[in-house]
Amino acid sequence: MVAGVSTTVPLLIAAVVLVVVVVVSTAIGPASLSLATVLGVLASHVPLVHYHSSASAVANAIVWEIRLPRVVLAGLVGSMLAAGGAAYQGVFRNPLADPYLLGVAAGAGLGATIAIVTPRASFEWLPVAAFLGGAAAVSLTYLMGARTGQRSSGTSIVLAGVAVAALFTAIQTNLQQQHAADLQPVYAWILGSLSTASWTDVRLILPYVVVSGAVLLAHRRLLDALRIGEEEASTIGVHPQRVRLVVVAAATLGTAAAVSVSGLIGFVGIIVPHLVRLTTNASYRVVLPVSMISGASFLILADLGARMLEAPGEVPLGVVTAFIGGPFFIFVLRSRRSQQGVL
Amino acid sequence: MRSPAPSPGSRGALRVEGLVVRYEQTVAVRDVDLAVAPGEWLGLIGANGAGKSSLLRAVARLSPYEGGVHIDGHDTARLSRRHFAQLVAYVPQKPELPVQMRAIDYVALGRLPHLGYFGAEGPQDRVHCGELLARLSLAHMSDRPLGAMSGGELQRLVLARALAQEAPILLLDEPTSALDLGRRVEALELVDELRHERSLTVVSALHDLTLAAQFADRLVLLAQGSIVAAGPADEVLVEGSLDQHFGTRVQILRSDDGEVIVVPRRQRERT
Repeated sequence: MVAGVSTTVPLLIAAVVLVVVVVVSTAIGPASLSLATVLGVLASHVPLVHYHSSASAVANAIVWEIRLPRVVLAGLVGSMLAAGGAAYQGVFRNPLADPYLLGVAAGAGLGATIAIVTPRASFEWLPVAAFLGGAAAVSLTYLMGARTGQRSSGTSIVLAGVAVAALFTAIQTNLQQQHAADLQPVYAWILGSLSTASWTDVRLILPYVVVSGAVLLAHRRLLDALRIGEEEASTIGVHPQRVRLVVVAAATLGTAAAVSVSGLIGFVGIIVPHLVRLTTNASYRVVLPVSMISGASFLILADLGARMLEAPGEVPLGVVTAFIGGPFFIFVLRSRRSQQGVL
Repeated sequence: MRSPAPSPGSRGALRVEGLVVRYEQTVAVRDVDLAVAPGEWLGLIGANGAGKSSLLRAVARLSPYEGGVHIDGHDTARLSRRHFAQLVAYVPQKPELPVQMRAIDYVALGRLPHLGYFGAEGPQDRVHCGELLARLSLAHMSDRPLGAMSGGELQRLVLARALAQEAPILLLDEPTSALDLGRRVEALELVDELRHERSLTVVSALHDLTLAAQFADRLVLLAQGSIVAAGPADEVLVEGSLDQHFGTRVQILRSDDGEVIVVPRRQRERT
């Protein structure tokens, strides 16, 4: 049946693109390694495949310990930000909602700043502090929004998010002023970077990304139901508030985990779901899984740009995505589809 | 009181008792009692603000109400949302139609009450939706986005989504207000065919009194939230009463085959 085909084809295309992107960006780097060497190293690490790469120990280390963790981490972070963006756009029925809408970014920024300026706290605590800050900010937003909103229509929550973000940013700025000497690391984290990525980072966020992604995927039909409005959705047996709470919680948890290792990378959650909507049929049954896969490809490529554009130096990853995202944002605003209401 | 055991052939008996709907200051529905038999089409008529929509919304559990609403003896207030959606399908006056959503996905939403919280629709659900599209002459539009469909097509599509719920009771709030005369008759004709095919109980608010008389088995005239007349069309549609409750002069005519025709008249003579 047609419905089946239109779901499978975009998924397959996105998956093939991701595999190519992973291999290509693992092959590109300051140390020139042949594609065959890179493929050999990758194959030798695939479980159950007893392939012995002829690559040198150095090549093995470069591919397996330096490049691949970074590619995988970029993939996880990109996947999470894209899925979070699609989910937020669904529950708030706003095509420009992004995963930072309810204050995750400001909260994580404050958490990271506290971790950096606190004497004796080591850098290992930065991801944890950023995660806690992000989760705290969204919880506060949700409590405020649910209290003030007569019938929690989503708008009051978004407004509460603006207020909470302003408050957290103010505290963060104040802290930075008092600890001017530590400004540089805070600033570097905010701009976003994966330059220190390791398998430890991957292991740190993987559980959050998997759980969050699974919960979001399970709600893809209910997100479609919200597209006909809360009232009509309730007549087909849906609890709009409950769906919103669960989806926001899952998206926030995953996003907070992602930014805790990557810093604040913007626009992924807007660019990727929109591109997917433009090319597929706009049902969340397709948009959500395809955004997850394409978000990974997108951020891996953006990170490739971050490390190669000014090699051997690095461009902050958040700067790369903003360079793509800024113009794209304007394109979305001007496009006919968004005037008709993308959702 | 013991509720009568519903017999399998007669699903969809609706009973409303002492229904009151209040908004902040005003009472929109006062103490309304109604009984609709399985398979019956009840038409709600009355001036704007008479309480037709409020009554339907309360029965659909979209507005808080006092009093009781029972379906086949079950108090609907006690049913889960999902279970309720398996019994009652509601079509609002202006359904929200996401322009990018495809027709087949829109109809598939009607299957949600039959799926678990995380459940995916199976092949049967998809076949069911495809059959409904075909039944409503929309088979060729399955993949079309809603933004590219005409008013009449969208009207049928909304009906298809409601039918996908397989609920024995169909509530329609002014189902034809956005359609031209021809499409309006077509849509009501379709509702009539479908209710016979699927033995649906239909309760609808209807603007056009002549059409209401032609399609509904029974009419209920509401004024200021109360029932002022109920019964067959020729008993409810009488000149004095309509003049009073619609605030204009009307004339009742009879067609050759005995149908009631309501003609509004100018308040002043033509000069």
